[in-house]
Amino acid sequence: MTFAGWLLILGFTALVALLAKPFGLWLFALYEGRTTPLHRVAGPIERGFYRLSGIDPDRQQSWQAYALHMLMFQLVTTLFTYAVLRLQGVLPLNPRGLAGVGADGAMNTAIAFVTNTNWQWYSGEATLSNLSQMLGLTIHNFLSAATGIAIAFALFRGFARTETKTVGNFWADMTRVTLYLLLPASILYALFLVLCGVPQTFVGSIDATTLEGARQTIALGPVASQEAIKMLGTNGGGFFNANSAHPFENPSALTNLVQMLSIFVLGAGLTFTFGKAVGNTRQGWAILAAMLALFLVGASVTYWQEAAGNPALHQIGLAGANMEGKEVRFGIAASALFSVVTTAASCGAVNAMHDSFTAIGGLVPMFNMQLGEIVIGGVGSGIYGFLLYALLAVFIAGLMVGRTPEYVGKKIEAREVKLAVLAIVILPLCILGFTALSVVLPAGLAGPLNKGPHGFSEVLYAFSSATGNNGSAFAGLTAGTPFYNGLLGVAMWLGRFLVIVPVLAIAGSLAAKKHTPATSGSFPTTGGLWIGLLVATILIVGGLTFLPSLALGPVADHLTLLSGKLY
Amino acid sequence: MLKEFATSLRPALVMTGLFAGLLGLAYPAAITAVAQVAMPQQANGSLIVERGKVVGSHLIGQQFAAPGYFHGRPSAAGNGYDAAASSGSNLGPASQALHDRVRDALKSTPSSPGSLVPPDLVTTSASGLDPHVSPEAAFLQVSRIAKARGLPEARVRSLVQDHVEGPLLGLLGEPRVNVLELNIALDAMAASGANGPT
Repeated sequence: MTFAGWLLILGFTALVALLAKPFGLWLFALYEGRTTPLHRVAGPIERGFYRLSGIDPDRQQSWQAYALHMLMFQLVTTLFTYAVLRLQGVLPLNPRGLAGVGADGAMNTAIAFVTNTNWQWYSGEATLSNLSQMLGLTIHNFLSAATGIAIAFALFRGFARTETKTVGNFWADMTRVTLYLLLPASILYALFLVLCGVPQTFVGSIDATTLEGARQTIALGPVASQEAIKMLGTNGGGFFNANSAHPFENPSALTNLVQMLSIFVLGAGLTFTFGKAVGNTRQGWAILAAMLALFLVGASVTYWQEAAGNPALHQIGLAGANMEGKEVRFGIAASALFSVVTTAASCGAVNAMHDSFTAIGGLVPMFNMQLGEIVIGGVGSGIYGFLLYALLAVFIAGLMVGRTPEYVGKKIEAREVKLAVLAIVILPLCILGFTALSVVLPAGLAGPLNKGPHGFSEVLYAFSSATGNNGSAFAGLTAGTPFYNGLLGVAMWLGRFLVIVPVLAIAGSLAAKKHTPATSGSFPTTGGLWIGLLVATILIVGGLTFLPSLALGPVADHLTLLSGKLY
Repeated sequence: MLKEFATSLRPALVMTGLFAGLLGLAYPAAITAVAQVAMPQQANGSLIVERGKVVGSHLIGQQFAAPGYFHGRPSAAGNGYDAAASSGSNLGPASQALHDRVRDALKSTPSSPGSLVPPDLVTTSASGLDPHVSPEAAFLQVSRIAKARGLPEARVRSLVQDHVEGPLLGLLGEPRVNVLELNIALDAMAASGANGPT
């Protein structure tokens, strides 16, 4: 571990905290439907889209209508991408002449991108045409992110509004976030990436003759335009197989820092937006503080373990850190930090191969996902996932003091707590259930590359990643089989929408309630005690559920490695 | 609710089409147009062209096996540095295959007395296309190169020194050497050394 390494981790955290307010204010303007300077440019596009689709953006929707319109949109876009991938072979912009994607693979990928997971069973440069990357996938990088933020807005309105049936308009929320935030930010970001060396061309590949006279085919494509929104929208689906470890996706330490910041910036901003929406920014800062505390612990553990290195390799005379599966330009600190950032958020881009991390270094990303990616979290999904835990925390606090729990001016009653638990319980159900199924069926056992506990970790990581809508992998797992494509597809779909629908139901239920002013008897939801209670609730409720499975995977991996056993 | 269902269909269909056109076609096309006009070198892969021939990319590593070239890291991309099949090894920490591969790599790596083998030189990168090695990994190869090329060690060493890139602003990133750029410079030095004074 080095001084520069710790400086990177702490400096990065400080930057995230600094950026939360400006981005939170921008998001707040969109939440309120205010006119921004960008309306001058994109306003006509917004109005044109509404007119052509027959949408009245001012029509307020009940939570049920909001959910229904949202689900219908997800369904149509899923089928759209499925069609693009299946028909890839006969569609244009296919310079490498790639054939259409198989049925199970295309469905898995369509779901993966619609759910903001971006799980990739395939190798991008070998499987997808430029058109598929752009038209099939890039659109979801925007739309799934905008959908996540829309859901967060609806939940914020549930807290902010009183005695009403409505939570906003899905189409207006989704369209505004796309046109006034994600698209303009991505345009600037993509051009910055090109400047730093990320390719942007419709050429499929170019042949080079190496110094030793061999032929090297270098895959190219419209990488920068996809890369920008891949990070900003916490999508994480790489243009290339190696994702952000590929020098064309992430050429330097500078792009690496910007990529990490762009994963966190909107999620962190939304904590501020929440505070503004409920009329007390300290509520937002308390959430951000709890998130960053959990984040720093994870980042420190992974950095420490990766810097310590692999004891099995130390024994044969290779001293030093664990560089297997890491890039020299990033080194240990930036690789460890990236892995924690990408799994704390629901991004899933990787700049190092998590499968080759040390056992405990790899446990942290997995645990982050199992908590539901609420440490900053995905755009939208992070804050609404976190608020579920906040409801649980005030409920537990209420039980302890024997009062009806309140949170930001709303009484939290049985209905909200039941819905929150329903949304939280889907994680262990899918992750543990599907992992258990996979390790007893031959089709599941055929997947892992590594043997022993690490093979189990590969399967557990896959379902944690899919259900949490992350998309990173212990990539040794051969996942491109009908078995895994199918089961992981189900996990991604349930992990997304069986959380979103209860969240919207909570929003509707809260919006209908009266405002309950805080009294001297109310449990304060700002300050150190509350932050401690939040962190404890997350670790106890979220964490304990997964402890036995982690003991079978990474912990067993670590202990057997220390005893000198290899597989 | 059935009425809502019917009213949601049109916006879902039309918005999918509109956003597909805007985000899936117009946006990448516009970025491509600007990038190709304003930054063609980067937009086309930062290619290195020598005497009219593309010899590689500044950003992409390539395979070096000859004793007279600096070697990069082992690669798990295809058969080694396959830039159309990026990949890491994905071997876990307790993998026998990883253990054996590193042990063999260590055997064939000369270690100068008193200095340890830098870990990057015997491990595969995440992409399999890592263009860099650590400065230590480059310096470790100096005597082999000097011998194979018949060049004085000091000159090769100073060539490596010239190619060490430090962290940005002294803080961000790791010290590193771009292997392909170093080897091109080495070829140039060998060529001028053969003709000119040493």
